[in-house]
Amino acid sequence: MSDSSTASITVHVWRGNSEGGSFDEFQVPQQPSQTILDIVTWIQRNLDAGLSYRFACRVGMCGSCAMMVNGIPRWTCRTHVNKVMRDKQLTIEPLRNLPVIKDLACDMSEFFAKWNQAQGQFQGSTTRDEKIAPISPCSPEREAANAAIECINCAICYASCDVVAWNRDYLGPAALNRAWSLQNDVRDTAGESRLAAVAGDAGCHRCHSQQGCASYCPNELNPTASIAGLKRLTASDFLRRRYRSRHA
Amino acid sequence: MLEIRLYLAQRISAAIMAPLVLLHLGLMIYAIQGGLDAGEILARTRGSLFWGSTYGLFVIAVSVHTALGLRNIMREWLQLRGMVLSSLSWLFFCGLAFAGLRAIAGLVGMS
Repeated sequence: MSDSSTASITVHVWRGNSEGGSFDEFQVPQQPSQTILDIVTWIQRNLDAGLSYRFACRVGMCGSCAMMVNGIPRWTCRTHVNKVMRDKQLTIEPLRNLPVIKDLACDMSEFFAKWNQAQGQFQGSTTRDEKIAPISPCSPEREAANAAIECINCAICYASCDVVAWNRDYLGPAALNRAWSLQNDVRDTAGESRLAAVAGDAGCHRCHSQQGCASYCPNELNPTASIAGLKRLTASDFLRRRYRSRHA
Repeated sequence: MLEIRLYLAQRISAAIMAPLVLLHLGLMIYAIQGGLDAGEILARTRGSLFWGSTYGLFVIAVSVHTALGLRNIMREWLQLRGMVLSSLSWLFFCGLAFAGLRAIAGLVGMS
């Protein structure tokens, strides 16, 4: 990146760790087609080598570079400075609702632990030696699964969710969205136990449908709709079981 | 499965309330435009099983729905859990149901 640009951006970057921190101010030259990740990388390479942050693919696939930019969670590698900058100023912070390791790098352990809690792993019943299951891409189940499947686990939905902020045990939009995707996968065999896992005290019924997750998801998924699907599914499953137990 | 039961109770109570709110609003507009005073309204509702049961159902639905909504607020904002949360939710339900049913008793002439 060249330093020849005359315009500069004032960038406030949160520095600190799990015990607290404060903002450092940097002046960064503005460049055409500059992303927020470019800004952070420029600071680290030119102004402060000790700045910690996380990234990998730089093309919006890995989901590792999400940060709060001017108070909104964003994937920084695909967020253009021009679209989010206000008065030549940027404020960059670590993702909300997650513990900070250092500076802009969050500890994602609880995020992925909840993904596991919601039984986000596919459970099949066949082996690789058997024929591939024929699944119509037009079936309602597959369409529902496809609508939720492009999650890159960037945790932007988790950072935008007020219910997570209020209830630290809440599984969160990403884990529940994954569960909904698997519930609609006709090859999956763990539906019953997964429904029990997402219907608990910190599960899908805690969602207020505020739609922060759907507003900020960089892949334009709608976890709120997935969670609403889980609510319907858990309720209908509950009523079906009650009916069967009474008429058995 | 408590969460599913509470979810169903909240949704069912909302479904009951929605048409009854419309009925109530329509009834108020009708009564006011018709120039009925309190005495004339009470004359029509006294001894009426229909109005007693309609508003009775409304009061129960409101009590359930409000208590569950307050339960969520107490849980998230005050971080209450367990027996304290359940007891306070029941208290709100009983208080609302008592006040509402008492008013209906007056409306249909049982008090």
